[in-house]
This record gives sequence, C-alpha cells and structure tokens, in this order.
Amino acid sequence: MDTALKNSQPHQKSGTLQRKKIASFFVSVYDVYKFIAGFFKEVFTGPYEFKEIVRQCYEIGCKSLAIITLTAFITGIVFTKQSRPSLSEFGATSWLPSLIAIAIVRALAPLMTALVIAGKVGSNMGAELASMRVTEQIDAMEVSSTNPFKFLVITRVLAITITLPVLVTYFAFLGLAGAYLNVHHNESTSFTTFMTNAFVKISFLDLFSSLFRSVVYGFTIGITGCFKGYNAKQGTVGVGRAANSAVVISMFLIFIEEMVIVQIVNYFR
Amino acid sequence: MKSAGPKIDRNTIVISIKDLQKSFGEMNVLRGIDLDLYKGENVVILGRSGSGKSVLIKIIAGLLKPDSGMVKLLGSEINNLDKKELLALRLKIGFSFQSSALYDGMSVWENLQFPLVRNRRDLTKKQVNETIEQVLNDVGLLQTIDQMPAELSGGQKKRIGIARMLILHPEIILYDEPTGGLDPVTCVEINNLINKVQLQYNTSSIIITHDLSCAKSTGDRIVMLSDGIFFRQGSFEEVFNTDDERVKSFYNYYILNQ
Repeated sequence: MDTALKNSQPHQKSGTLQRKKIASFFVSVYDVYKFIAGFFKEVFTGPYEFKEIVRQCYEIGCKSLAIITLTAFITGIVFTKQSRPSLSEFGATSWLPSLIAIAIVRALAPLMTALVIAGKVGSNMGAELASMRVTEQIDAMEVSSTNPFKFLVITRVLAITITLPVLVTYFAFLGLAGAYLNVHHNESTSFTTFMTNAFVKISFLDLFSSLFRSVVYGFTIGITGCFKGYNAKQGTVGVGRAANSAVVISMFLIFIEEMVIVQIVNYFR
Repeated sequence: MKSAGPKIDRNTIVISIKDLQKSFGEMNVLRGIDLDLYKGENVVILGRSGSGKSVLIKIIAGLLKPDSGMVKLLGSEINNLDKKELLALRLKIGFSFQSSALYDGMSVWENLQFPLVRNRRDLTKKQVNETIEQVLNDVGLLQTIDQMPAELSGGQKKRIGIARMLILHPEIILYDEPTGGLDPVTCVEINNLINKVQLQYNTSSIIITHDLSCAKSTGDRIVMLSDGIFFRQGSFEEVFNTDDERVKSFYNYYILNQ
C-alpha cells in the first residue's frame, strides 16, 4: 500500500505542475489582452506625447536606415542574380523586372523589413523598458503622477506602426534599385524601361496589402517589445529575457500574420 | 539627536493604516500593521532587510495592493480610488526610491522637468526653468543641471531624486532607504537634507531605513518592524531603552559602527 502511494506521488506532482502551467498560460493570455486593451483605451485619450512620438520615429526610422539600405540593396541584387538562370532557360529574362517587382513588393519588402526591425528595434524596446522596470524608473513615473504607459508604450507602438510602412517603401525602392543594377549590367536596360516593366504586374491590391501588412507588423513588434519590457521581472536576468523574447515572439507572430494575410489577399485577387 | 523640526499637529492624521496584511505566496510579509502619521511628523520605520519595509511603503504609494486592511492618505482610502483619483492624490505624495530611480536617458534638467510639465501645464517655460533651478538650489546641486545621471555620484543621485519629488511640492514624503549604500559623510548630508525638506516644505514623512544614525537624526518617532508587525515605537531613546533581543542586536551593531 505504502509503495503504491509513493509511486502515485510523482504523478500527482507532475499533474499539479501541468495544471499550474496551463493556469499560468491563461493568465499570460489575459495579461496580453489587458495590455492591448489598455493601448486602445489610452491611444484615443489625451494628452498626447507628440514630441516623444517624433523622437521615437527618429530613433526607429532614421537609425535603421543603414541596415535597411544594406539588406534591401543586397536582396535586390542577389534575388535577380539567382533568378536569372532559371528564366534564361525558358528565354524569359525579359520577365525578370516583373518577377522581381512582384517578389519584392508583394513579399520580401514587408517581411524582411519587419524581421530586421524586430531584431533591431524590438530587442531594443524590450531591453530598454525592462531595465527601466527593474531599476524602478517606471514606478518613479507612476508615483510622480504621470502615466508611464502613455509615455513609454503608446509612443513607441505608434512610432513603429507609423515608421514601418515608410521603411517598407524605402526597402522596396532600394531592392528594385539593386535589381536594376544587375539587370543593367547584363542587358543594358535603361532605368525607365526597367521600372515600367517592373510595375506592369503590380496592382493597387499589391501595394495596399504590403502597406497594410507593414502596419500590422509594426504594431506587432511594438506591442510585443513593450509588453515584454514593461512587465519584466527578476532583475538583470529579466532584461535579457525581455529583449530575447521580444524578438523571438514578434518574429513568430510576423510569420503567422504573413500566412493569414496572404490567404486573405489571395481571396480578393 | 534630531534637531527641532516643525510643530507636529497631533489633531491631523495624514496617513492612517489599519490592520494591513500582505503575502507573497506562502510568505506573510506584513501581518497586521497599524500606523498613524501626523501632520509635520517624520516617522522612521526600522527593520532588518527582508522585514517588509519596502513592501509597506510601496503599498502606501499605491504601487502594490494589500491583501487586506486599510490605507488612508489625506483622508482618501487608496484602495477605493479610481485611476484618475489616484493620480490626483499622488501629486501630494513624494517617493524617494532606494535606487534613486532617475530616468537614465534624460539629463538632470529633463528628470525634473518631466513630472513638472505633465502636472503643471499652466506654467510658462520661464517658470519651469525657475522652479527647476530653485529646487536644485534647495538640494545644493544646481551645477549638475546639464549632467546625465550616469555622471553623478550615489549621493548626488539621491539628492536629485529628492529634488525631482520636491518639484511637485508634496505634502507627504516616503523615503525608501535614503542613506542606503552611501558613505558616512554623505549619509549625514542626506539626513540634514531630509530635515531641511521637512522644515522648508512643511512635509510629513515616512522614512524606511535600517540605518540607526539616519533614524536618530531624522525621526520624530521610531517604529520597529519585525516578522511583519510593529513591535515597538516611541522616541529613539524610548525604543532602544529595552532588553528586547531584537532591539538590542540592532543597537549593538550601531554602537560598533560609531
């Protein structure tokens, strides 16, 4: 009897542990819901921190230009170089500009910009807010009768949601510029001819869906980074964790959103 | 011994705490705290690390929610206040953090300007600058106005933290370990500053500390916290004139370090 009781104890413990894990998962889901609901509640009520929003737009946008420029340009060149042999097998290299434009505008520009920004800005947001949380700076804002959520979260999420579509547009143009360099090198095509051919197959729906996706990705990166940072715990370890999970979770969510939005857009196409 | 402060108004209670309890998981941190703070009074809460002092002060500031009990600040029970009312009440309360909690991305001027312009939207730029300079002058650090927090010493950070809360002219001040991690000379300077603030700004304060020299020089009344309850209170001499081992161990350490 005693042995039977002893044997059943580990099972009971693991059962309790699982129940705790499930409960904590639902608590986390509720916390995320509360955080997002808090965002939509605060974003429509003044006073607004316009100066801070502009500063964040500068921090997110201007300071990411170098990495976006490099990524976009190289993506354009490499993608064109890799696609050329397959198209030339069918004697269809004249389709290259359209193919590249479709790939960059419809898929690569929003997705790659979002992933680069999730790595650069999402981690920064997570780490910055987490270090403010663990060093009691957020508490200090709260006790001095100011609203830290408004100053820290609303401004950052708005700034990244506004800035990402601009960066995506910038990425698309630079990607196409990189592609043009390669095409020009091989076929001596003029820039005007390249661009005319490139945009033949691009519809309003393509442009709209790209910009819409960039808004969704921007919001996702902002909310994830801010949520992880704002709710950080456990001292400096928590800062590292917040930065890391801000990037991992936002990348994961971006891929899921990409799948869903592509399905929806294809339905309308 | 504390120098003479402002007259304590025993008829006006600015903070009233009744049967306050708080647990974290299995651990009962506060087990029935009762305290009244009178207008113009400095109460020092003494206790060892982990005795729940910081938890108590965070509950008073509304940063933590108690499990049960009542906290009344300037006549308002903080658990019954909505967000807007709590923000309004917090204008009358200053909180000096153990870590100073200066915004490290902002200069000293910006640290002081941040709460001021968000709570006093009627002030002109000139008035904002004058108020900041005035408060920095009061804490003796006007020369640091353009410096970043990373460029300041520990004592200077504490003073700027105090200046930042003084800028809103609070009626109640909560000090969390004001002399924690400072050298003895800087400790004396901070203690003097606490007394100066009490006189000049006519404030009532709760000072959380385990530093007896701070308690002796700033406290009108000393309250000792152990195992989640207040077990002794009175003037410095009254509290330490006892054979209670919990008090004696504290005092012996103090004597050794004198």
